Order: sequence, then C-alpha cells, then structure tokens
Amino acid sequence: MSEERRIAINVPALARVEGEGALEVLIEADRIVDLKLRIYEPPRLFEKLLEGRDYAEVPDLVARICGICPVAYQMSAVHALESILGIEPGPWVRSMRRVFYCGEWLESHSLHIHLLAAPDFLGFDSITAMAKIHPEEVRRGLRLQALGNELIKLCGARSVHPIGARVGGFHHAPAVEDVSALCVRLRAALPEAADLVRWTAGLDLPDEVQGFTSVALRHPAEYPMNEGRIVSDQGLDIDIAGFENRFKEHQVPHSTALHCLLDGKPYLVGPLARLNLNRDRLPDAVTALLTETGIRWPSANMFHSIVARAVEVYYALWEALRILENYRLPDSPGAISVMPMAGVGYGCTEAPRGLLWHRYALNDRGEIISARIVPPTSQNQARIEENLQQALLAVGLDQDQDKLRFHCEQVIRNYDPCISCATHFLDLQIQRR
Amino acid sequence: MRAPKDNAALSGSKPRLAVHKFSSCDGCQLAFLNAGEALIGLSELVEIVHFVEAGPMAAEAQVDIAFVEGSVATPEDIERIKRIRDNSKYLITIGACATAGGVQALRNLADGQAWINAVYASPQYIASLTTSTPIAAHVKVDLELWGCPVNTHQVLAAVRALLFGVAPVVSRDSLCMECKRAGNVCVLVAKGMPCMGPVTQTGCGALCPSFGRECYACYGPAENVNTSSLSRRFAGLGLMPEAIARRFLSVNAAAPAFVQAAKQARGKP
Repeated sequence: MSEERRIAINVPALARVEGEGALEVLIEADRIVDLKLRIYEPPRLFEKLLEGRDYAEVPDLVARICGICPVAYQMSAVHALESILGIEPGPWVRSMRRVFYCGEWLESHSLHIHLLAAPDFLGFDSITAMAKIHPEEVRRGLRLQALGNELIKLCGARSVHPIGARVGGFHHAPAVEDVSALCVRLRAALPEAADLVRWTAGLDLPDEVQGFTSVALRHPAEYPMNEGRIVSDQGLDIDIAGFENRFKEHQVPHSTALHCLLDGKPYLVGPLARLNLNRDRLPDAVTALLTETGIRWPSANMFHSIVARAVEVYYALWEALRILENYRLPDSPGAISVMPMAGVGYGCTEAPRGLLWHRYALNDRGEIISARIVPPTSQNQARIEENLQQALLAVGLDQDQDKLRFHCEQVIRNYDPCISCATHFLDLQIQRR
Repeated sequence: MRAPKDNAALSGSKPRLAVHKFSSCDGCQLAFLNAGEALIGLSELVEIVHFVEAGPMAAEAQVDIAFVEGSVATPEDIERIKRIRDNSKYLITIGACATAGGVQALRNLADGQAWINAVYASPQYIASLTTSTPIAAHVKVDLELWGCPVNTHQVLAAVRALLFGVAPVVSRDSLCMECKRAGNVCVLVAKGMPCMGPVTQTGCGALCPSFGRECYACYGPAENVNTSSLSRRFAGLGLMPEAIARRFLSVNAAAPAFVQAAKQARGKP
C-alpha cells in the first residue's frame, strides 16, 4: 500500500445495534496502530441504585437494565436471591421459567436476525428496504418475533419489562386455554423456524476462521438456560460462585462498559459459544437440522452466529412445546411467605447474548447491601476488538475504506452487542496515515 | 398539544419521522421494533429518516415528528436535545426515562458522583452528569407518552392522530378506572397489597392487578393525585416510612408528584 494513502473515515453511528457505541481504527500503511470499540453510552449505575432496596423489588428494577432481554435480568436475579433466602420454587416454576426464557430467545434472536443482521448479508440497510425484495422472509421473521413476545406475555403480561416474575416464582399461572391456544401456534411455527435455519445457513456468509475460547453454562441434561456450571472449550469447569476467581472486569478509558477477561484473555459468550459447547443437549429434531446445515460444529467462524441464533429459535419452539403440551395448573405459581435472611448469593443464566452473572449481598432485613452485575456484552467487548483486528488483516488493510468499514460493522453485529445493557452508540472512525 | 392545521402542516406528501435515543434501556424503541407488520406499514405512511437501531441514520435531519427515548445524562445530551428540538416540528417523549428521568434518576436524590466513583475505578473517564433529567427539563415537549415501557398502541396512535391532523389524546385518569373496567378484584382492598393504581396514570391495561399483584406505577402520576392519602393507607397496611417512599421512587424517579410524596413519607416536606 502506498504511504501516500491517508484516509479518514468518520461514520457518525453504527446502525442496527442496541445502544450507542463507536469504533475507532487507526491504520498506518500496512498495520493497525490502534483499534477501540468505544462505548460511551452514559452509565445508569444500577449496582448503586439497588442498594437499600428490598429483595422483592429487584426483579422489577433489574428488568430496566435492558428492554431487549429483561427476562434474563429477572432470571439471574431471582436465582441469586432465592439461593440466599433458601427458597426452592419447585418443578412447575422451574419449567415455566424455561418457557419464559424460550420466549425471550425467540423474540431477541428473531429481532436480531431480521432487523439487525440479515440486511448486511443481503445488501440492504434496513428491514423495511429488505421487506420490499424479500417480503416472505421478513414476514416469517416478524411472526417468529411476535410469537416470542406472546410466550413472554403468557408468563409476564407484556414482553418488555414483564411483570409476572418474582422471587419464588410467578405472580400468576397462565390459564389452561391460553396455553393450549399458544401450543397450536408454536407447533405451526416449527416448519417456519426450520426454514429460517436453512435460510441463514444458505446466506453468503464470509468464511473467516479464528481461534477463540467459547464460554457457556452447561447443565447435566438440558440445553442451558437458568442453571449449570460455567464451562469453556479450554477445560474450564467451575461453579457459578467461583466466577470472580477466574473472570476479572477492568475499566478501559474508551468504554463505560467494563471489559471482562477470563484468566486475562478475551473469550466468547452467546449463541455460538452455547451451541459449540452444548450440541449434545439438543433434541433429535434440532440435531438433525443442525447436521443438514452442512456446517461443521463446533464452528470457529463468528459469522455462523446468525445460524446459531436461528438454531436456538428452532430449539426454543421445541422446548416451549415440550413443557406447555404437558401444562397443568399449579396449586400456587410460586413459593410464598419468605423470612428475610442475610447472605450472599449468585445467579448465572444464559441471556440471548450470553452469560449474565449476578451477585447480591442481603442484610437480615432482606435489603440489598451490594450488587454486582456482569452482562454478556461487557464480556464480549475484548473478543470483539480481537476479532476486528484479525478480520481487518484477513480482509486486507489495502482494501478500500468503505469495504473495511462495512466489514467491521458486520463483525460487530455478529455479537448482537447490547450496548444499553453493557452500559451504550457505534460511531466508526478509521484513520489512515 | 396543538393539532396540526392539516396534513400539509406535516411536510409534503410523506411526513418525516425520527426516533432518537438518550440514556435508556432501548425498551421503548421496541414499541416500534415489536410492531410487526405495523412497522412495515408505518414505513409506508411516513419516511423514517433517523432510527439508529433500525438502520436509518440522519441525526441532524429536519423532521415532522421526533420521538425521543431516554433521559438527559451527559453534558453532550443537553446540546443534542436542543438541536433535535430545533430540527423537529413535533417532539414527543416516549417512556419513563424521557418523561420522568427514569429509574436512573434515583441518583438525583443521592450523591451522584459518589455512585459513579463506586462503580468505576477511574471515574475521570466517565463523562456523565450527576443527575438524570427528563427531556422537558431542557426543551419544550409537545406530547409526553408515559410508560415503562410505552407500548406500540401509544406510539402508533400518536403518529395516526398527527397524520389525521388532530391532537393526540392521552388519558390521565388513574389506573383504578381501567382496572375496574377490566373487572379485576382490587388487590389493595381485597389483598392488602400496597397498590400504586390510585395515583398512577392509566394506559398499560392494568396488567399487574390482572396478574394478582400490586401496580408499581410504570405510567407515572395520574392527574390530580392524592398521594398523602395513599401513603397513609400504606402506613395502615404496615409499611414503614422508607418502604412507602420506595413505592414512589421507582421507574419514574424524577416525576415531581412522586418525589414530593416520597419526601413527605420520609418526613422531609
């Protein structure tokens, strides 16, 4: 590349991510001098505003961390608090929490695939532009997204900041006839979700293999959602209470979201990591479809994230059906009359974007003394930067600026970064000297 | 809000719409992104010129309708909201953050800087105001849509009204009216739950009481609320003053009627 070449690209914001961040890349001749995923969405300081609140208020408050994955925040919180209070909510609550979570995976993944990611691979800048050329695919996506929202509503009355979850279980048990009606729709959606998996696998996805560590929960029998040990494909296998011994958050000047590293190194959480580590926990129908994609799993190509998301959409339908087709009204939708108790508890669940870890300390009046929340996007930040470095070199730094910028945006979107969660606007600047 | 004189008051054949984000959880933007077919329909009725999460980006464009999500939380936000106001015919806030500071406005009543220092090892890198304030604290707002979150019906009804050339109507009745019409058993009277319904604006569909739990005021204060009376009732149910204050200080933490009620509960008028 000619040393004369000096280019500065300044795009005011990266579209189709949740929240606000920026990417700054400085390229000098044939090397990347600086690369920063800059997250500057202002912090909302949830960990402080929870202090002094009663434990029962926590599920409604932490939901407000994220409008796209409120269920995840509620689930990590209730598990952590129940472990302190010694509450065992029982099998009905446990199953219905999986249904609740299936709704959120379905809604969040369908939204990401269709509104945020797919336009990249098909050459559009938004879903409304894509809808003109691919109306059937877009409608299918919107239907799956709507069905996810319906599942959340079944348990939570509304899909954004649902009101149904509480420490101990739920406030309300869905009526049998509502469950039956939804089962009909879930079953009818199975072929659509299977087509979605085939469609994503057939997209012209870049072939970019990188080395990275996948981290996810692992459960003895189930594809992980609410419970399990934290494992990696590099031999990590720890109880969720041990998270802080191996995973360390640190602040970098260019981000209001803390970076989290595993033993000092970047790692991946989210649908691709979950699928890489838990394929043997999928039901046969999903495994068969996974084989049909022709992709070799585990995959080291981050662009397969969109396929992994579609596979989890298909799985979420099967899992919700498995539970709801055997639905019975419970005596009570949750454990009641709790004596406050002092202690420290941990919750770790699989948010649509990956591992969401919480720790709370309560005093003997049941008030929060301290809270710590490690969202998936803060865990993926260092991996995104590492991925961008490798991707830019793979594409070639001599490529024209629009191509490099577009590729960077695509790479970032693979992670479905939820910047509001992590604390925040993508504004891409590539400078060349 | 004054109605536009006619459709021509909104520009030309296809009115222009923007959705802006400030400090928030992105949940109110989902009122659009979860609208399904209606989102595609909306894109045919109006030109969506700025909506970063959905793709279109033109932050400084002149528009007919600007929806604003989120609260003002950084020095830069204060300048940005002024430019948005200058560029927009109708500015509509969506949700608790834009309308009442949001749950993050709880720091307004605490030592905001101390909170930042507690969360970040190097607070000097954090360009954040120590307060979180509603949009109306900085610029003129034409219509406020309350809710945490707002729903699709609210945002589309506002666009529809403006397209028809009439002023959008927002009911400021208390939630109790909606709850009675829904045929719910009163959770305050029958179960002794500290329900915020009597002082909360209608609009959500009385979801919490329909699920057998107490309302926690996502839609902010109703018109002419009697918060002292409700606080006394809560005290009668056995709530301590601080617990009563916390009922008011939640997702609409900077709504004046609620801040006042909380101060009163804490004995600090």
